[in-house]
Amino acid sequence: MLEIKDLQVKLEDEDKVILKGVSLTVEPGRVHAIMGPNGSGKSTLSYVLAGREGYEVTGGSATLDGHDLLDMEPEERAAVGLFLAFQYPVEIPGVGNMTFLRTSVNAQRRARGQEEMSSTEFLKLVREKAKDLAIDADMLKRPVNTGFSGGEKKRNEILQMAMLEPKMCILDETDSGLDVDAMKLVADGVNALRSEGRGFLVITHYQRLLNHIRPDVVHIMSDGRIVKTGGPELALEVETEGYGDIIEAGEPA
Amino acid sequence: MVARRELVARQRAEATEAWLDGRDLPAGGAWATTARREALVRLRTLGLPDRRDEYWKYTDPRSLTEREAPSAALFDPAGEPAMFHEIDRVKLVFVDGVFDAAQSDDPSLAGVEIERLAEASQADIHWARELFGVLEARGQEPVPRTLAAVNTAFAEDGVLIRVTGKAERPVSLIYLHNSETSDALLHHCVRLEPGAELTLLENGPGAARFCSVLEVDVADGARFNHVRTQGRDHERRAVTHVFARVGASAAFKSFTATVNGRLTRNEAVVEMAGARGLAHVAGAALGDGAFHQDDTVFITHAAEECETRQVFKKVLRNGAVGVFQGKILVKQAAQLTDGYQISQSLLLDEQSQFLVKPELEIYADDVKCSHGSTSGAIDLTQLFYLRTRGMPREEAEGLLVLAFLAEALEEIEDERLADDIRARLDGWLLRHRRA
Repeated sequence: MLEIKDLQVKLEDEDKVILKGVSLTVEPGRVHAIMGPNGSGKSTLSYVLAGREGYEVTGGSATLDGHDLLDMEPEERAAVGLFLAFQYPVEIPGVGNMTFLRTSVNAQRRARGQEEMSSTEFLKLVREKAKDLAIDADMLKRPVNTGFSGGEKKRNEILQMAMLEPKMCILDETDSGLDVDAMKLVADGVNALRSEGRGFLVITHYQRLLNHIRPDVVHIMSDGRIVKTGGPELALEVETEGYGDIIEAGEPA
Repeated sequence: MVARRELVARQRAEATEAWLDGRDLPAGGAWATTARREALVRLRTLGLPDRRDEYWKYTDPRSLTEREAPSAALFDPAGEPAMFHEIDRVKLVFVDGVFDAAQSDDPSLAGVEIERLAEASQADIHWARELFGVLEARGQEPVPRTLAAVNTAFAEDGVLIRVTGKAERPVSLIYLHNSETSDALLHHCVRLEPGAELTLLENGPGAARFCSVLEVDVADGARFNHVRTQGRDHERRAVTHVFARVGASAAFKSFTATVNGRLTRNEAVVEMAGARGLAHVAGAALGDGAFHQDDTVFITHAAEECETRQVFKKVLRNGAVGVFQGKILVKQAAQLTDGYQISQSLLLDEQSQFLVKPELEIYADDVKCSHGSTSGAIDLTQLFYLRTRGMPREEAEGLLVLAFLAEALEEIEDERLADDIRARLDGWLLRHRRA
């Protein structure tokens, strides 16, 4: 279970406050969506949870199954089951995708005191999961995300998620840069991973992704705060009416 | 000004004579003696290098020109398998610069004649007279490489290889370092006849102070692959020279991995003498602390439509210093030249330095030449990405270091050799992580 309480964050080098007290709880098996206009702090929330440098937490807390995320290194957060699918997956020329996947899987297994996966075991598993995401052998051999199309990069994120089997998945603008077919493929990949023990936090600007990944709860974020929370119908409301009215109505008087 | 120039010349001549005092040229047959005497004349004319030479601006040659070799502690590889141990090859072993027949293989290989310089130099006449000291002498223009002339004059051992066919196995020169004060000179010549092929491997520190010359004549349509790793002994010093002449439609590829060593200067002088030849010179260096590594490359395009590449990558930390001086000279006749040069360093801290001098000098008008050089740190976005997937910082850094070196390693044609070297570099990263 992911529990965020009154999280307040500013930029490390500037006096710019980005999150002004965010609270939300994602229970296992549930899908929460965070929607909001650009600059509302959605991506910052995902980066802070994953442990990116450059931010200063000035108040509040974030825990995953009781582990204090904010006190852990990024790799420790990963090992307790947190996964961030990046809005802009990073290109790493010179590192083969397969090497990257295998090193990641085994690093997490080591951290959890499990035995490392053998080459053959790993190969079998990765082929199986790659097939479901229409990722071919060539994409597995190429350097990580290097020269990948937008759709390939996002599918590769989902493949990592499938291989690492996290407890809590944060998807940051996973629909950006995707055409309809690619989005469907990605959404199918995500839906296949939905399970009782796994929570999702889906960050998106548009409602369209939520047609494919049906959320249980929708939050609207604006200016560093969650201003409204509701069911899937809230996303439809955004689609028809835009953010303006919802945010205004949600502003504290 | 004139007075100063004269003073410098006099000091240089005096230093050179002081170095020569009491040294005699090795005894040998007519051809070798002639070549050695000519080299001695070059040495006296050029004089030993010092810091005032533009070409030694970034690397102090003093410890290479002192009469006695500075001592160097031996390195214990602690049971680690020898380099290239899984490769089927003809092994020729030199201990502190002297051939060791007992540890070497029988040098018989179809299409390849292998002789020891110490023996062949006793003959009155030998095919090597057309090569021994000849490419070295040509390579003294326009920049003197006096330590190579020292080598031609005084080296007593080395191998002379003549390749007439396609060699089935690599020839592997292994340089062991058993004495803390050894001072080794080795001179090798390789002549590839038209259409012949050979892979030459070199590995090991060789001595406390090691000076080598490798002269390679790659005749038309021949292929020469050279893969080398320089020994891990932390205190060793080495100056190496490769002089190559590349014929029409011939290929010359040389890769060097340098890990550790107090001082390393690797010079490569390549002349593209025939049309449509190809030459790739590449290197990967990993240095931590008291490490100074210098790649100095000079490629001359004298014929049409040749392609040359220089790819050098250095990873430096704890005050290590990397140097790259690379030049492409395109003569007027060398139309349609394709020359590429890249040198990059990954500086793992603020104490380390990368000193670079890329040069292009072009007299032909229809050529494609590019060069680039960068110095950078680990990319923090990439590092974060890897860490969010569960890799601890140091493991992620190691992966990024190997990724940085990958472009240089791609220059190694034989995948097995590349894998072996990659594994060694990985091992170095693991060990230096613990330190």
